[in-house]
Amino acid sequence: MATIAAEAKPLLVEVKGLKHFYTGEEHLVLDDVNLELTQGEIVGLLGRSGSGKSTLLRSIAGLIRPSQGIARLVPGPGVTDPSVAMVFQTFALFPWLTVLENVELGLEAQKVPKAEARARAIAAIDLIGLDGFENAYPKELSGGMRQRVGLARALVVNPSLLLMDEPFSALDVLTAETLRTDLLDLWSEGRVPIKSILIVTHNIEEAVLMCDRILVFSSNPGRVVAEIRVDLPQPRDRLDPAFRALVDDIYARMTARTEMNAPMRDGVFPGTGIAMVLPRVSTNSLAGLIEEVDGTPFEGKASMSELADSLQLEADELFPMAETLQLLRFAELRGAELVLTPSARRYAQGDTDQRKALFAAALNQHVPLVQHIRRVLDERASHEAPARRFRDELEDYMSEDYADETLRTVTLWGRYAEVFAYDEDDDRFSLEDQH
Amino acid sequence: MSPDRNSARPLPAFSRMLRLTRPSREDAIAFVILAGLGVLFFRAAEGAVAPLSTLQLEPVRLDAIYLPYYALRTVLRMFAALFASTVFTLVFATLAARSRHAGQLIVPALDILQSVPILGFLTFTVTFFMGLFPGSVLGVEAASIFVIFTSQAWNMAFSFYQSLRSIPSDLEEATMIYKLSPIRRFLALDLPFGTPALVWNAMMSMSGGWFFVVASEAITVGNTTVTLPGIGSYLAVAIDRQNFYAVAQAVGAMALVIIAYDQLFFRPIVAWADRFRFEMVASTERPGSWVFDVLRRTRLLPVVLAPLGAIGRLLLAFEPRTTRRRIVGENRVPPAVEWVWQGLIAVLMVWALFLVGRYVVRFLAWGDVLTATMLGGLTMIRVLVLIAIASVIWVPIGVWIGLRPVWAERLQPVAQFLAAFPANVLFPFAVIMIVRWNLQPDIWLSPLMILGTQWYILFNVIAGASAIPTDLREAADMFHVRGLQWWRQVAIPGIFPYYVTGALTASGGSWNASIVAEVASWGNHKLVAHGLGSYIAEATTAGDYARVALGIGVMCVFVLGFNRLLWRPLYAYGERRMRLS
Repeated sequence: MATIAAEAKPLLVEVKGLKHFYTGEEHLVLDDVNLELTQGEIVGLLGRSGSGKSTLLRSIAGLIRPSQGIARLVPGPGVTDPSVAMVFQTFALFPWLTVLENVELGLEAQKVPKAEARARAIAAIDLIGLDGFENAYPKELSGGMRQRVGLARALVVNPSLLLMDEPFSALDVLTAETLRTDLLDLWSEGRVPIKSILIVTHNIEEAVLMCDRILVFSSNPGRVVAEIRVDLPQPRDRLDPAFRALVDDIYARMTARTEMNAPMRDGVFPGTGIAMVLPRVSTNSLAGLIEEVDGTPFEGKASMSELADSLQLEADELFPMAETLQLLRFAELRGAELVLTPSARRYAQGDTDQRKALFAAALNQHVPLVQHIRRVLDERASHEAPARRFRDELEDYMSEDYADETLRTVTLWGRYAEVFAYDEDDDRFSLEDQH
Repeated sequence: MSPDRNSARPLPAFSRMLRLTRPSREDAIAFVILAGLGVLFFRAAEGAVAPLSTLQLEPVRLDAIYLPYYALRTVLRMFAALFASTVFTLVFATLAARSRHAGQLIVPALDILQSVPILGFLTFTVTFFMGLFPGSVLGVEAASIFVIFTSQAWNMAFSFYQSLRSIPSDLEEATMIYKLSPIRRFLALDLPFGTPALVWNAMMSMSGGWFFVVASEAITVGNTTVTLPGIGSYLAVAIDRQNFYAVAQAVGAMALVIIAYDQLFFRPIVAWADRFRFEMVASTERPGSWVFDVLRRTRLLPVVLAPLGAIGRLLLAFEPRTTRRRIVGENRVPPAVEWVWQGLIAVLMVWALFLVGRYVVRFLAWGDVLTATMLGGLTMIRVLVLIAIASVIWVPIGVWIGLRPVWAERLQPVAQFLAAFPANVLFPFAVIMIVRWNLQPDIWLSPLMILGTQWYILFNVIAGASAIPTDLREAADMFHVRGLQWWRQVAIPGIFPYYVTGALTASGGSWNASIVAEVASWGNHKLVAHGLGSYIAEATTAGDYARVALGIGVMCVFVLGFNRLLWRPLYAYGERRMRLS
């Protein structure tokens, strides 16, 4: 994997040949990841859930020891003893400590003298715009304020590298925007001592707004599939055509990456045949997506970024849906565009029964696991089979969680299309009862 | 930050307890109060270390004048046990949660210990502790305290362990990122996180402890009978002399003591511990306590909490000087160490099996095992039938109360008080009636087993019924769901997980109670029902250690089997099917 090393800037983080397996399983989370982070840049790790980007972040933080390869901080000019701090998606504040005490936590652990710790903590709280709330408990604060505490707690220990794990995804859109802007202001004005920021996100626009460099991850296993340099000047404008073009480009790359992993005929999900891992996508959202693309203004063809905007979906919510449509041959992903097939347009116009028939046909033709379950049920005189059996079969190819999720997805789809029935109490599949 | 801003804060937070406060007038008040408490403590403790012969010289006297002193002795015993249980919990539960190897031993051990009939311990512990402190009351005291300890420690440790296991991973990661040492981490994260559940559990355990105080103050093993001064032995003597008036006095004193420590000790602690509840939304209803409010208003709270802070500071003194970078996550132990460890456990197991086997062969015959198992079956039938009867009675009543918030609020504490009340006090009345009407003890002694434990079913069902979402009830009303359909589709699914919890506790308690319930006496009337409980009780009286051990072992197997084969599957089913989220 080629990495663009920034010229002359000193190195801060070095990741080489990183591989990580979930313990006790063969499931590969991260596969041969290389990354170099230099001083003075903000780098984004972009990918879906399951792409191992959080694992990479935790390897760099020293929270996880990777199965293979190295992830280390590199001392350099001005950074003799590089250190990290982290901001969490869920804030990770201690509810029984006040804002001030939460911020002092790291300093106390470092045995910083009491008075100095107090002064530094108050300075950090002021910097982040929370003065007046020193004595508040986290539960008295709004989500945005809590994340500000998280940020102050990270900044106060003077880290060389700030790690951010989806820091704004638990916040509402407005709050997230304000926080992003405030952080970027602090960064660009040089008011924070950090040398670099590494931010994990699944929000494409967020990555383009904040980062100097974006690494796009594929999932299952996580690999770096693209590296994009963002040269737009700060502050960036979402409506800037160059900005939009970049967002579309990333959508396209996140789509394109599938073609290089798996042959087209087997669909877009990792694994082939019945070993394909299927994401939990409800038939209602599929129907909703088809209707949206079929109607005005898209008329059967929509760019992913516009779809995400109009449906208020994050990229990692939209992608599984779009790719499921592609698997069922209801749509095709061409670059950053989602194009409905004729059968999908018929689906959009059909009534409930026609829709179910179309969906059933698509399942029977294009989802190997559905074909497999049908075949077993047809062969048996009782037309029944325990679900356990299929789950065990799937576990030969994938982790227990994925097997469970895949079977649940297939159950959901099969029930909707009335291809087979499933009884939760007995955990059994059967052919649809006649009624 | 200026100091006056500090004082504007209503409560000192956890880390603030690690600091000293300047002496003031409040300190003087506190000093006097604490000194008073200290004198009381030493008064009681004096008796506890007296030579054993004083027990013969000053037997328990049935005179109300002595009751406050006896109550003091009993309470001291209970708090000593609670203290020991808490220390045990903090050490062993933390160890089990932090070290995989320790957990591998501690967790199953706790699980089994929870189902060992506590009164069975008495035989061995009395002998042991009397040997430890020869000729001193302290030995018998220690044995009695140990019995109470065993009724509290295991489930407190289990609850704390489970709390620690459910600490959100992001908080754990935060402690690693910011390099908190293990001790600091324990003080900043583990202890506060586990505190609310631990306090709640300690409160319930304290209630449960009364049953065992009453049983353990008058101990008879073989031909030694020791009567420790206390409410329990006061009662025992009153029953022995058939003195109704004295029984009533003791019961009254007990009620007063229960109310006193509830109001003065547990309520304030619950109110204080509320701040450690892991929630990110401030709850509207917070537990209140007038004592806590008084302490807060007089600013005595920091003084009361100071010892806790001192302990925390003491612990921090052991903190290593240098903070080293720890890589945690999956701790990889070298395979050789792992092998040695597993090998050690295997050796230990073989050795234990050998010991037990040799003991069994020497002192017991297969016939004994068969007898004990059959008697276990009898007791099991009793427990099952009684749980069924209690359920039929209390489930409808509990649901009725639970659906009426006003009543639920009023009756919930009553049910909890009833659960704390030692039912063994009432056994003599049953004996009188059985003798009067010449009833069959095999049947009529049985209800005694569930007398004290049925309340667990009641108050869990009340809790469950009040937790049924209002919209579900409104929907049921709207569609005119009533009668059998309402029970089948609304009430029973709604209370099911709660009911199972209550029934599990009640059933465990009943097994334990069978040891005192299957043999009951009033004066010189002694009734015996056939069962494993009376088997253990009679073996204890006869000083037949081998059979006591056998009885305990068999009962342990029964209780474990019950839990594994009946209650846990039921609970899992309820969790899977009848929880909405």
